[in-house]
Amino acid sequence: MVVIEAIGGLWQLIRAMGVTLKHFFQKPITVQYPEEKVRIYPRFRGRHELQRDEDGLELCVGCGLCAAICPSGAIYVEAAENTEGERYSKGERYACIYEINMTRCIFCGYCEEACPTGALKLQHEFALADYDRGSLVYDKTRLLQPASPHVIILEG
Amino acid sequence: MDWIANLVIPLIKSLIVVIGLLVGFAYMTWAERKLCARFQLRYGPNRAGPFGLLQPVADAFKAIFKEETIFGQVHSKAIYVMAPGISLAAALLAFAVVPVGPTINSFQVFGFRVPDIPLSIAADVNIGVLYLFAIAGLGTYGIVLGGWTSNNKYSLLGALRTTAQMISYELPMGLAIVSVLLLSESLSLTKIVEKQAILPFIVLQPVAALIYLICGLAEANRSPFDLPETENELVAGFATEYGGIKFAIFFMAEYINMIVVCAVIATLFLGGWQWPAFLADLHPIVAVGLFFAKTAFMLFLFVWIRSSLPRVRYDKLMQFCWKFLFPLALVNLAVTAVVIALLPG
Repeated sequence: MVVIEAIGGLWQLIRAMGVTLKHFFQKPITVQYPEEKVRIYPRFRGRHELQRDEDGLELCVGCGLCAAICPSGAIYVEAAENTEGERYSKGERYACIYEINMTRCIFCGYCEEACPTGALKLQHEFALADYDRGSLVYDKTRLLQPASPHVIILEG
Repeated sequence: MDWIANLVIPLIKSLIVVIGLLVGFAYMTWAERKLCARFQLRYGPNRAGPFGLLQPVADAFKAIFKEETIFGQVHSKAIYVMAPGISLAAALLAFAVVPVGPTINSFQVFGFRVPDIPLSIAADVNIGVLYLFAIAGLGTYGIVLGGWTSNNKYSLLGALRTTAQMISYELPMGLAIVSVLLLSESLSLTKIVEKQAILPFIVLQPVAALIYLICGLAEANRSPFDLPETENELVAGFATEYGGIKFAIFFMAEYINMIVVCAVIATLFLGGWQWPAFLADLHPIVAVGLFFAKTAFMLFLFVWIRSSLPRVRYDKLMQFCWKFLFPLALVNLAVTAVVIALLPG
């Protein structure tokens, strides 16, 4: 019976090797990132983007709800009044200082849900690595730039 | 004394073999990484040079420039430094008896008579197989000395376990080889290859071949018997205190050992350079190519086994050797002896 168990065991080993052999002849599932694009879903949470409306004015009114709800406290907002000469947003106030600390952001998306005007959205850009910690605190000019993801967006 | 045949030609052959094995080791690491990756549905190194072919160069470069600290060795710093060298020397020496090809007949070049060149360093020596066993035993010294001089209890335990594994598996290996020797009636590896002109011994001795394969895996510390090796990667093992080049040399010794085990399996069981005879008789280059193809197939098998099977726990590994393989090898030997005694001729 030892011999029978051994032959049974040997057969199981050969089956295991058959599985790997099958994998050997299949195409690998790795996505060679910079050359090939990664496929992601539409609701993927990547880098934040501050939206503008059709007239080119910023949607952000500097309310600070996103900063209040952020679990890691990564957002800092300071509001200022719109004057007639300098008008940034449609309502009374705009955000004169708007910074997100990307080293603390956890990409949860609560800020996007909290925003009353729909100004803050999490787009699909995820290649955010940098060499300098200081440059990872994104200010408003950087956040206003549209995201340029290198991805294929699948059907939602 | 015939200087050319007895000194110059073996010297040149040894040089070619050593350089070939070292380059072979480097590209074996490349092949293993690529093959393991393909078995796991991924690519393997493909950034360093086309198809990742310069990856071993990058690894060597890293190993050379890595910082090494040597501190608090037991008794002897000399032995600590020499232990990887002992392993490497034993691994390289074993290749001296492997016959790579037939004898190239004497020819004239520039009016100078070159004598017969046998394509192996010393394969026709009458104790070829015995020499292999001796060198396999020597290989364990490097490991146990390395583990001991590291002045680290975990290294010592890892070294002892590795050595115990290697020594235990030499027994069924020896018995499997003796079964082959009953068929070939000679310890010389060249004669063993010549006897396989009609049929490779794997057909006549399948059980011995399987036993030898398993023992070869255990000797080379390859998966699924690589608990000592992963203990290197995980916690401790005989090479914990070795960094940079010294670790690379241990690593080199292990891979060259693996290449030698595959070459020996190709020689003893798959017919070496001799089978199929109609191909081997065409030209010595074809025969050498046959040998390389068989060794390469065995290496592929080793990597395939490594990427498919889970690791064996150490106590089960020892039980398997002593309670299963050793009796099986004895039974195989007995059956072979009986069959040979009863068959006419």
